[in-house]
Amino acid sequence: MSNTKEIRTKITSIESTQKITKAMEMVAASKMRKAQQFMKKSRSYADCIRNIVGHLALASTSYQHIYMQSRPVKRIGLIVVSTDRGLCGGLNTNTFKYLLKFLQAWREADTEVDLCTLGYKADVFFKKWGNVIASKKHLGEAPSVNDLIGAIKVMLSAYESSDIDQLYIVYNCFINTMTQKPIMKQLLPLEPIESDALGQYWDYIYEPSPESLLNGLLVRYIESQIYQAVLDNQACEQAARMVAMKSATDNAGSLIDDLQLIYNKARQAAITQEISEIVGGASAV
Amino acid sequence: MMMMPSFKCYIVSFEEILFSGELAWLSVIGTQGEIGIYPGHTPLLTEICPGPAHLKTTDHEEKIFYLSGGYLEILPREVKILADTALRADDIDERRAEEARHAAEKQLLSKQDQVNYAQVATELAEAAALLHTIRRKNRMKKF
Repeated sequence: MSNTKEIRTKITSIESTQKITKAMEMVAASKMRKAQQFMKKSRSYADCIRNIVGHLALASTSYQHIYMQSRPVKRIGLIVVSTDRGLCGGLNTNTFKYLLKFLQAWREADTEVDLCTLGYKADVFFKKWGNVIASKKHLGEAPSVNDLIGAIKVMLSAYESSDIDQLYIVYNCFINTMTQKPIMKQLLPLEPIESDALGQYWDYIYEPSPESLLNGLLVRYIESQIYQAVLDNQACEQAARMVAMKSATDNAGSLIDDLQLIYNKARQAAITQEISEIVGGASAV
Repeated sequence: MMMMPSFKCYIVSFEEILFSGELAWLSVIGTQGEIGIYPGHTPLLTEICPGPAHLKTTDHEEKIFYLSGGYLEILPREVKILADTALRADDIDERRAEEARHAAEKQLLSKQDQVNYAQVATELAEAAALLHTIRRKNRMKKF
């Protein structure tokens, strides 16, 4: 009899787990919609500034900003975007795995790597063996640029003082609800941006001077790219969590079905045994 | 009837897109003073100072936004405003702006050494710009 009772409690505990995962799935679904909206809204800024920087690169200014000059690579800066919380499937693990390949290649090429981690998970993962020079945790569900500026500043000044010679960012690109893909983008030096041609020879009037304008604009550009990456990653997080929780709920369901079957069989067996005992006892009398 | 000359305008901040549409006229405060923009303006790139952005759409609707700073790109048929923070004038709380200005002024005048002068000066400039935006809006309403 103890066997059936054990199965009973097991089923109840799985049922309550199922309730939790179901709730988490629904929460993630609604958060994902919000995150996607955020992503779309801020994309217009990123597009606009991308366009302007593209125009700038075409403009016939003689001034070359430090962000546009490439130099021999001895040390690389890397910004890793991760989630703050777990239970989102293999999202972070995939990113780190993807990243480790690059880190391996760089190590073999004797290039050192300075890391900047955004999000708790990356911080925990890379603290052990990476050279983390900046980190930001607990960004919340609606991160603002102000939260990121500190960490970005550290990386940019490292680039300006030639401590690092290239800057990359790794994050998850939101393709659709089912698919998220880790990608790596080069931030510095700036890669040439494709943009619509504006005639052969032309230039802006700069107020006050191209140097100071360019400096501010390019910093903004990098910031917007990183911000966009963080928002993308956030949408990915919610999508991945939703999918993970959905499969957890489904798994719990099939587990309950299996257990129910075993429970019924055990119950049946117990009854049969009891009857046969009674019958055996009666015939013995 | 001839079509009214117009240009495209986008006002965007990091978080959202505040305005996009066809404009007949736009005025923004740049580092070198107020800039009035009509269609066919020569390409210009400048920084924006805190203050109002006043615009008139092709259907004669006037709007005012508050910009705390950012960048402005002008092309003959397109203008982009990349604002650090932007607000619709309707969303500005006048009383709070006034309070912020008073607080900043008080801090500037107090003889404490540890006051971060640059920061307070920025705060003051922003609060003043906010109030300027509100006044401009109120004036617009009267017409």
